[in-house]
Amino acid sequence: MTPVLLADITVFVLSVLVGFEVISKVPATLHTPLMSGANAIHGVVVIGVMIVAASLDTTIGYLLLFVAAAFAAANVVGGYVVTDRMLEMFRR
Amino acid sequence: MNTTTHLLYLGTAICFVLGLHLMNSPATARRGNQLSAFGMAVAIVLTVVVLIDDGIITATAAVVLAVGAAAGAGAGLVAARRVKMTAMPQLVSLFNAVGGGAAALIAFADALPESVDQPVSTTLTIFLDVLIGAVTFSGSLIAAGKLAGVVPGRPLTFAGARPLNLLLALTALVAGILYTTGVGGLGTLGLLTGAALVVGVLMTLPIGGADMPVVISLLNACTGTAVAMAGFVIGSTPLIIAGALVGAAGGILTKLMAVAMNRSLLNIIAGGFGTGDEQGSPAVAATGTVRTVTADDAALQLAYAGKVVIVPGYGLAAAQAQHEVVELAQALTSHGVDVSYGIHPVAGRMPGHMNVLLAEANAPYPQLKDLDEINPQFAATDVVLVVGANDVTNPAARRPGNAVSGMPILDVDKARSVIVVKRSLGHGYAGIDNELYTNPRTAMLFGDAKVALTSLVNELKAYVR
Repeated sequence: MTPVLLADITVFVLSVLVGFEVISKVPATLHTPLMSGANAIHGVVVIGVMIVAASLDTTIGYLLLFVAAAFAAANVVGGYVVTDRMLEMFRR
Repeated sequence: MNTTTHLLYLGTAICFVLGLHLMNSPATARRGNQLSAFGMAVAIVLTVVVLIDDGIITATAAVVLAVGAAAGAGAGLVAARRVKMTAMPQLVSLFNAVGGGAAALIAFADALPESVDQPVSTTLTIFLDVLIGAVTFSGSLIAAGKLAGVVPGRPLTFAGARPLNLLLALTALVAGILYTTGVGGLGTLGLLTGAALVVGVLMTLPIGGADMPVVISLLNACTGTAVAMAGFVIGSTPLIIAGALVGAAGGILTKLMAVAMNRSLLNIIAGGFGTGDEQGSPAVAATGTVRTVTADDAALQLAYAGKVVIVPGYGLAAAQAQHEVVELAQALTSHGVDVSYGIHPVAGRMPGHMNVLLAEANAPYPQLKDLDEINPQFAATDVVLVVGANDVTNPAARRPGNAVSGMPILDVDKARSVIVVKRSLGHGYAGIDNELYTNPRTAMLFGDAKVALTSLVNELKAYVR
C-alpha cells in the first residue's frame, strides 16, 4: 500500500471513531435534526464533483458532471436550510 | 495541493466535528449547524479558487458545473423551504439519495478516461463507491416514495424476489471484482451499477412502513460511507472525514433504532413482516373486557388530574394531529396540570421525528421526555393519554415468549389511569394483542387522533376556563 493510501485509511478510521464519540452524546430529542445535519455534511461531495470536473472533457463526462453537480448542490443547500428550519423551532 | 489549502480543508473538517458536537443540546444545536454550514462554504469557495488557480478545467466543464450546481441548489432550497414537518422524513431520504448518487457519479467520472492505468487501490474504491452509492440512491428513492405514500408502505414482495436479489448481488460482486482486478472495463462498471440499482430497489420494497426509522438511518450511514469512498477515489481528505462522520452518525442511529424496536438489523432487511400502518382489524382482544370512555368523561379526568403524561405514537404523526395534542397540553398546563410528553425512540417515521413535530406545534422542549426520563415518573402520574401508540406500551414486552418480548416500552400501565385514543383495537406492527387495553385501569377513546383530540379540547373548555 502506498503512503497516501495508508494516511487516508488512518484519517478514515479515526474520523469514524470521532464521529461515534461526538454523536453518541446527542439526545433523542435532536435525532431528526442530527440526521438531517449529517445529511447536509455529506453534501461535501460537491467538492468531489468540482475536483473531478477538472479532468472531464467529453460529452458523456459533461453529462455525468451536470447530474452530479445538481445532485450534490441540492444535497448541501437543501440539507443545511432544512436543518436550520427545524432547529429554529427548538430554540425556546 | 499547497500547505494553505490543506490547512484550510482541515479547518472545515474541524467545523464539521464541532458542529456535530454542538448538536448535543437544543440550546446550541442551531449554532452547531451554522458552524458546519460555514465550514462547508469555506471548503466550496476554497475549491473554486483552487480550480481557477490550477486552470486545468475546460471552459465547458466550468459552465456545466456552474449551471448544474445552480439548478440543484435552487431545487434544494425550494424543497427545504416548503417542506412540511410531517414530510421531513421523505425529504431527508431524497437528499440522502442524491448525495449517494453524486458519490457514485464521482467514481464513474474518475473511471472514464480508460487509457489511464489505475492502481488496484483506486479501482477497489471505485467499485465500493459505485456499489454503495448506487444501492443507496435507488434504495433511498424507494424509501422516500414509501414515506410520501407514492409507493405503498406495506411490505411488497413477489415470488422469487429473494433468489433474484441474491443473483443480482452476486452479479454486482463478480462485476466489481472483475473491474477491480482490471479484467473488465467501463462496461463491467456499468453492469455493476445496473445490478446495484436494482438491488437497492428490491431491498427496500419489502420493508414495512414502521421499520422506516431504521432504514433511513441505515441508508444515511451508507451515503456517508459512499462519500468517504469517493474521497479515497479522488484523494480528497475532506470527503473522507465528512463521509466517515456521517457513516458513524448513521451507524449509531441505526443501532439505537433497531434496539428500540427489538429487531435485529438482518431481520429488518429480510423484511416482510412490519406493516407500519395498523391493520384496523375490528377483532376484539382475546381475553378480558375493554372499557370505553366518552370524550366528556376523559376531559373531566384530565382536568382534575395533578400530573398528566401524553404518549404520542405513529398514529398521531399519521393523523397529523400534533397541533391538537399541543393545544390540549397547553389548556391543561394553564389549568395548573403538570403535563409532559413521553416519547419512545421509534415514535414517528424517523429517529426523533415526534420531537420535531411537537416542537413545530410549539411544545416547550423541557416537557419532551425520552424513555429513560419518563419511565420512573409513571407511578406518580394520574392520567396517561396514549395517542396512536401501540406496541411501545404493551406490558407483554416484560415477559418472554412473544413478538414484543424484551422491547423497551413506556411503562404506562404503572400510572393510576390510562386513556388510549385509537381508531380500533387493531394490532400494531408486532401483530399481537396489547394487554394494556384490557387492563382495568385503561379506558379506550375510539376515534381518529385528530378528531378525538379536538373533541377533548372542546369538552375540556367546560371544566377549564
